[in-house]
Amino acid sequence: MPARNRYFTVSEIVGFAVLAAVIFLVLPAALDTFRLNLFGKYLTYAFVAVGLVLCWGAGGILSLGQGIFFGLGGYCMAMFLKLEASTPEATKIQSTPGIPDFMDWNQITELPAWWQPFYSLPFTMLAVIAVPTIFAFIIGVAMFKRRVGGVYFAIITQAIAAIMTILIIGQQGYTGGVNGITDLRTLEGWDIRTDEAKEILYFVNGILLFVCLFVAHFIRKSKLGRLLIAMRDQEDRVRFSGYDVANFKIFVFCAGAAFASIGGAMFTLQVGFMSPSFVGIIPSIEMVIFCAVGGRLSIFGAVYGALLVNWAKTTFSESFPELWLLGLGGLFIAVVLVFPNGLAGIYDQYIAPNLRKLMPQRAAAKAPVRTANASAE
Amino acid sequence: MAQASDFVLAVEGLTVSFDGFKAVDDLSLYIDPNECRVIIGPNGAGKTTVLDLICGRTKATAGSVKFKGQELLTMREDQIVHAGVGRKFQTPSVYEDLTVFENLELSYPKGHGVFGALFFKRDNDVTGRIQEIAETIFLADSLDEKAAFLSHGQKQWLEIGMLLIQDPQLLMLDEPVAGMSVAERVKTAELLKRIVKERSVIVIEHDMKFAEDIASRVTVLHQGKVLSEGSMEHVQADPKVVEVYLGH
Repeated sequence: MPARNRYFTVSEIVGFAVLAAVIFLVLPAALDTFRLNLFGKYLTYAFVAVGLVLCWGAGGILSLGQGIFFGLGGYCMAMFLKLEASTPEATKIQSTPGIPDFMDWNQITELPAWWQPFYSLPFTMLAVIAVPTIFAFIIGVAMFKRRVGGVYFAIITQAIAAIMTILIIGQQGYTGGVNGITDLRTLEGWDIRTDEAKEILYFVNGILLFVCLFVAHFIRKSKLGRLLIAMRDQEDRVRFSGYDVANFKIFVFCAGAAFASIGGAMFTLQVGFMSPSFVGIIPSIEMVIFCAVGGRLSIFGAVYGALLVNWAKTTFSESFPELWLLGLGGLFIAVVLVFPNGLAGIYDQYIAPNLRKLMPQRAAAKAPVRTANASAE
Repeated sequence: MAQASDFVLAVEGLTVSFDGFKAVDDLSLYIDPNECRVIIGPNGAGKTTVLDLICGRTKATAGSVKFKGQELLTMREDQIVHAGVGRKFQTPSVYEDLTVFENLELSYPKGHGVFGALFFKRDNDVTGRIQEIAETIFLADSLDEKAAFLSHGQKQWLEIGMLLIQDPQLLMLDEPVAGMSVAERVKTAELLKRIVKERSVIVIEHDMKFAEDIASRVTVLHQGKVLSEGSMEHVQADPKVVEVYLGH
């Protein structure tokens, strides 16, 4: 019976180890700083994809609005960095020095009160987690307590993503509008634009991703993780076993939002700006595709999916810009039709059994002998 | 006259109407402690709807459902479960992607909040109780098997086990032997007889022989109303029942 209670199986330990080797050894060794920074950007989407594995893969809650949370985290971080870059000295040519440049362009003469707390790094870090979690909680309570689910939930999240984009673009005096918040320079005096900073941020990003992976793994291995699977398949049975199903959906949706937000904040740090083009419907759907391609049932699959699809996007859209979107659409259709569990599903079905055949040679060699003897007798 | 609290379950004047059609119409029903009540009736008589109303799946239009003196109609489904009412669905509802052990574990009455579930510990009490229930429902050898690989009858037993582990005071079973082989039916009847010793049970059943085998009393429903109630012989001899079942 102890075998039932282990938090890590051998193949899961191998999975974590291989991913750690890829992120912390192989990629940094193989790539120059420019390319490594690009992969760091791809990995920020992996946070979102891991959150989707929890919500969608395990819980059956498809959110087409994860860009909202990615954006919220990204904007929180961008606000902090922008304030630091907007010292009175750096902005002395503005008509109101000391406020972000886009505010000055929009005839705003005073920093809005809700920007003020973002002078503080601890507050910003707290906000990166808290703001999207609270927002997801509100959406979750409003939807799940009323038993809105499935397609309706997906459409509503998509609508919220669209509203969010419109709001950001419309309020350009406060948000930087369609250009977003740009020209970010330093983090507590540390220049984030140098090659050295980019490499350090890449590793910070990798470590944070692993923290999220471990949290996701813990959730999936807990009773709550099994409940999510149970809810996905037999929601009524769970409800009539004495669980308030809505609370579990709210929890996992909030967790997914918090992951996405951390990814967004790391995106801002590594790429150096944040704009509404990472918030709306299209990026949100792309995030679902990363997760689907990698495999929505596997946290490792989600990370590889995010890396692979983004790498392909960069490579192909450099050479065939007009074909890329068709390619992405085709890829999604292929995933849905041919391999619904994505790369992780292909691995489980075709590669893992062959590996198992190769690995425990001795055990495998002995077993058939014994059965052969038994049948001979 | 007996007080409502003497009964485990007292249903009075229960009515539900779907767009004017009264699926259950002014129904009253009283269940004693340790009683096994079988509800029979032709298709569309409102049998399953009555169970849905009691467990909170469908909201009633009028009436009252008192469980040990406590009004159920205003409670949420999970609160009704915690009050001590268990419900088995007509088609076996088990978690196919999980093992038999995990199915039972999720039904164990502990760690029902979000954080309770997150930090739920699988201790000896839990494994012991699961083992005990698995033996009761003839599945002790299949604990590590995925529920998807069980036979139809075994799934029905598993769902009964998932309810038993919560130790409900009132257990409601919707056609527990539907689709079972003769041998499985005999075993299920034996299982139910054991279960009834410690609780009240309401069973919806089509199989007359099975009903006769387990029932303390029988209620016949027809068009949302009680047509006849009493012992099996009484009900079978009732001319109104004969007419409904055999036609004119």
